[in-house]
Amino acid sequence: MISFEHVFKRYPNGREALRDVSFRVAQGEMVFLTGRSGAGKSSILKLVTLLERPTRGKVAVHGQDTGALPSRAIPAYRRRMGVVFQDHQLLADRPVYDNVALPLIVADTPFREIDRRVRAALDQVGLLGREKSLPVELSIGEQQRVGIARAVVGKPAILVADEPTGNLDHDLARDVMRLFKRFQEVGVTVLIASHDETLVREFAQREIHVQSGQVST
Amino acid sequence: MSGVSSWFSRHAQAGIAALGRLLRRPLGTLLATSVIAIALALPAGLWVLTTNLRSLTGDVTQTLEVSVYLKPGVPLERAERLAADARRRAEVASVTVISAEQGLAQFKDHSGFGAALEALDTNPLPHVLTIRPRVTATTPRSMSALRNHLAAWPEADTVQLDTEWVQRLDSILDFLQAAFATLAIALGAGVVAVIGNSVRLEVDSRRAEIEVTKLVGGSNAFVRRPFLYEGFFYGLIGGVLALAYGSAVLAALQEPLARVSALYGGRLGIEGLTLEEAGLLVGAGSLLGLVGAWLGAARHLARIEPRE
Ligand SMILES: Nc1ncnc2c1ncn2[C@@H]1O[C@H](COP(=O)(O)OP(=O)(O)O)[C@@H](O)[C@H]1O
Ligand SMILES: [Mg+2]
Repeated sequence: MISFEHVFKRYPNGREALRDVSFRVAQGEMVFLTGRSGAGKSSILKLVTLLERPTRGKVAVHGQDTGALPSRAIPAYRRRMGVVFQDHQLLADRPVYDNVALPLIVADTPFREIDRRVRAALDQVGLLGREKSLPVELSIGEQQRVGIARAVVGKPAILVADEPTGNLDHDLARDVMRLFKRFQEVGVTVLIASHDETLVREFAQREIHVQSGQVST
Repeated sequence: MSGVSSWFSRHAQAGIAALGRLLRRPLGTLLATSVIAIALALPAGLWVLTTNLRSLTGDVTQTLEVSVYLKPGVPLERAERLAADARRRAEVASVTVISAEQGLAQFKDHSGFGAALEALDTNPLPHVLTIRPRVTATTPRSMSALRNHLAAWPEADTVQLDTEWVQRLDSILDFLQAAFATLAIALGAGVVAVIGNSVRLEVDSRRAEIEVTKLVGGSNAFVRRPFLYEGFFYGLIGGVLALAYGSAVLAALQEPLARVSALYGGRLGIEGLTLEEAGLLVGAGSLLGLVGAWLGAARHLARIEPRE
């Protein structure tokens, strides 16, 4: 589902964030990227979401070489993927409903379909009934769950999360991770970057350890 | 849902959303659209002015006269013979001979100098031929041919062509309309710049939203759409405001104009824009808005990429 082959990433400032990274994530797997801050976890996820391109090497997703993808194909590529961030990146001036509906709206989904799927996604994260709330009216844990609802509303085959529990206390963090686990159980491939080793251990999933831009599994 | 109807509803939604955003900040919208309205109203006003003056000179041309003042001492019979000669020319409709005596009598009647003129023992006025050209012959070229012919008479002292000011006005109007076209282009570029800038600022203020939208798979075309609508509505509202301002000025002018016109026994009035011209003005405004938004936003938007 996701494969890195001898991937190097050097940022314009000369910083070499990834050095000869190779790994595979199979379909339906849940994998944690671990390692301390600055190790290169986010850089890996940015290559998966095509926020960045590799300097060298090959990144393939959905069996497709992302290097062969022209920029105009990127929007359609991103619609097949759900993304969750530590900073949930919700639109502060839009209610929960609009935030969750955004991936469907950009995909020109018919309105009736949008309504049905937004409710289903909010139900899955336990926020049904909060459609009209603004993000500030929710707790941090709830905001993060809105972010997850937005990531899964388009029924993506891959779910990518960068430090999704970074701002949460341990109990809330565990709830959020359980949510990801539940999506994995229904067949979604899940790739989560987290530096919280204790939490990751609890879930006993495969770990890819990142250190100074290199990986060890 | 079919492709066409979802295309339509998508655009309707983007359009309504853009209009909503403009209406939510009425002051800024009013300012921007007023600048556009003035930029559109100015050339439109000039256009109305010049076309009205042109139709006015059209009326005047039909009542033109050429006056030939004969030299003092030319006898009346000679004047009559010259009148007969003039009548034979193709461009001449009619010739009237006003003898020195008739001229003096008319002058006494119409001026307030009756008593003063009684004191004169000789008539200072010459005989005058008043020539009315045919309507079809009032082109500048045939008029100057006639004038040359009349001026070549040895008995003629001065030939006064009433067309001169008309022709001069006509060439001034030609110049004004050329100037108006240039002005319209310059102001059109101004409209594009104003709208481009407003839309660009709007793009900057909604940067976070654009980044998130692109992150969840929004294409450049998708993020561009609401901004193009915004530019379009700026131009459209500006065009409608331009019509409103113009009509207000016209309405304010009608009253005094009617008074002046009554004094001269005429039916002077200003014709505003025709329906097509009004439509053209609003259409031009909308198009300029769209172009401005495109130039201001398209490349800028394409450069905004989601960050983590
Ligand atoms: N956009 C960027 N420009 C320059 N250097 C960057 C950029 N993003 C990350 N880096 C650097 O690359 C290295 C890896 O960063 P990152 O992938 O964010 O690690 P992690 O997510 O594991 O903390 C760090 O040294 C970081 O400073
Ligand atoms: Mg990181």
